[in-house]
Amino acid sequence: MNGRFGEYGGQFVAETLVGPLEELEAEYEKALADPEFLAELDRLLKMFVGRPTPITPMQRLGATENGVQLWLKREDLTHTGAHKINNSIGQALLARRLGKKRIIAETGAGQHGVAVAAACAYLGLDATVYMGRVDAERQAPNVQRMKLLGAKVRLVDLGTATLKDAINEAIREWIAHPDTTHYLLGSVVGPHPFPTIVRGFQSVIGREARAQFLDENGALPDAVVACVGGGSNAAGMFSAFLDDPVRLVGVQAAGEGKGGQGGHAAPLLYGDPGVLQGTRTYLLQDDDGQIQLTHSIAPGLDYAGVGPEHSHFKDTGKVEYISASDDEALDAFAALSAQEGIVPALESAHAVAGALKVAREYGPGSTILVNLSGRGDKDLTSAMAALQQREELRNEAA
Amino acid sequence: MKRLEQTFADNRIKGETTLVAYLTSGYPNLGETVGLISAAAEAGADVIELGVPFSDPLGDGPVIQATGQIALDTGTTAAATLDIVAEARAAGVEVPIVLMGYCNPFLRYGLAQLYDDAKSAGADGFVVPDLPAREGAEWVKNAEAAELGQVFFAAPGSSTERIAESAAASRGFLYVLAANGVTGVRAELDPGVPAYLDRVRSVCEVPMAVGFGISRPEHVAALHGRADGVIVGSALLQRIGEAKDAAGRLRATTGLIASLKAATR
Repeated sequence: MNGRFGEYGGQFVAETLVGPLEELEAEYEKALADPEFLAELDRLLKMFVGRPTPITPMQRLGATENGVQLWLKREDLTHTGAHKINNSIGQALLARRLGKKRIIAETGAGQHGVAVAAACAYLGLDATVYMGRVDAERQAPNVQRMKLLGAKVRLVDLGTATLKDAINEAIREWIAHPDTTHYLLGSVVGPHPFPTIVRGFQSVIGREARAQFLDENGALPDAVVACVGGGSNAAGMFSAFLDDPVRLVGVQAAGEGKGGQGGHAAPLLYGDPGVLQGTRTYLLQDDDGQIQLTHSIAPGLDYAGVGPEHSHFKDTGKVEYISASDDEALDAFAALSAQEGIVPALESAHAVAGALKVAREYGPGSTILVNLSGRGDKDLTSAMAALQQREELRNEAA
Repeated sequence: MKRLEQTFADNRIKGETTLVAYLTSGYPNLGETVGLISAAAEAGADVIELGVPFSDPLGDGPVIQATGQIALDTGTTAAATLDIVAEARAAGVEVPIVLMGYCNPFLRYGLAQLYDDAKSAGADGFVVPDLPAREGAEWVKNAEAAELGQVFFAAPGSSTERIAESAAASRGFLYVLAANGVTGVRAELDPGVPAYLDRVRSVCEVPMAVGFGISRPEHVAALHGRADGVIVGSALLQRIGEAKDAAGRLRATTGLIASLKAATR
């Protein structure tokens, strides 16, 4: 591992963290070569996480879009309800190998926090989760779940009080206790080796989905679509298709839909390369290099940066990045629920919205595989309120 | 760079520890910063470390982070900080001034332009807390071209090999972290610090300046003879923050710096 994805990635961290990062990289490499570790990981993915998750063909959604057949990879059916658990279990096992019994983590939507809390409870590790106060208010049920699972939840009031600030606080805590604590980073962001490790633990999504899709259809999909906040579910999904003639599409949050005029969380569309939280990647920043405010209705996408590998994919054209607005995501949220019987996370609804856009470019017989990264229970309150508000505005306009 | 080397060399001859005073550019506002720099220098600060604020200062504790936010709110940028350096020079400040800041605002400014402009403004070097030596080649190249200092870090958990690497890359001095964690006042120095400083000394040819948690004359005195310099930040900004008005902030600066400088002899 060299820690670089083209000109992105690296280790832009305090000197205090360089040693722990080197230790983590070395242990990860040893773990990958250790049949016992891999067997234990497989066993936990099967018996605790509930893998393999199925792929599900859509009955109605997509058919209206030129007769394209949509398939969903059902990460919403994992234990704790999102792909985050794959990485949490993997890194918790790594932490145990490193002899670290204390885990710290950050969470935006709360999905990663819940996954960390569950993994730590199962493996007997002590967990502390940092969460922005704004996110905690938007995702109250997940805060309760984390506490019930035995994790300490530390609310962060600094900055924008969202994911970026929760990551800052977790890194500060890690700098203070690097010898005893493992920072269980939840996405393919941050300094090397995290982007590589998290992608590694999420690659199970792509491996399963590719084999399942081939098994069902006898061919690969025309396109694979996933949402990209930090980008871990997309990195895991895309990793299996990088050598295939398959179109890969990442969907970022266009938020209020004003394009580059702010109110979004789409650095790959409207940002520039810079350094944030230990890595060089596309960022939303102002002319002075200060990190800008972001907005998305999906708290898990509300991040000013993105995984460095996605930046490299963007520059090389390996993956195409498009966006879906809050409105489009809400439409997909409602449509998937009512037409297919699946309530998606708002993050995943962005992927579905993006897939419906991509579908318009194809004709009957075409297939698109969408990563449904998580389930929507956590978003019910905010999504229902937003849908109702929209309804009222439309009625007023009429 | 020459001014920085000369300062450490002169103090070594005098048997004094070099006192580095950290101030946040634009705190409490852009108008007072030059006055605070002058006051610190007159009271005995040998080097001024001037912080360029950043929205996400990962290495900073609550005190410095809060000053940075206030500075950002009042419009402080890297360019405004270079103006402050130029004004300080025009006002007769002669001590070396190193600029502390995180990678992103500096990268955004453009490294070649930044080092050129810093030199023209009268700055003496850069301290970048999220830049380990292994990521710093381009920065060192620009520092060498502009004849400015480039300071890297040693941490208590760093291997001796890594400390040697950071020391070899450093121009001006090596910033030796006295503790893990972020900046901030600590009651006591870690008892392991002397042995750690000896380990750093064995592989370091540039001057060693120790920072993080140094707030009192006793801390400075305890490091006398073991380190070439000490760096005080949070304690100074805390005093400045507690003062009621501009005159009080100048008095707070002068008072603390004078008492710390007395302990360097």
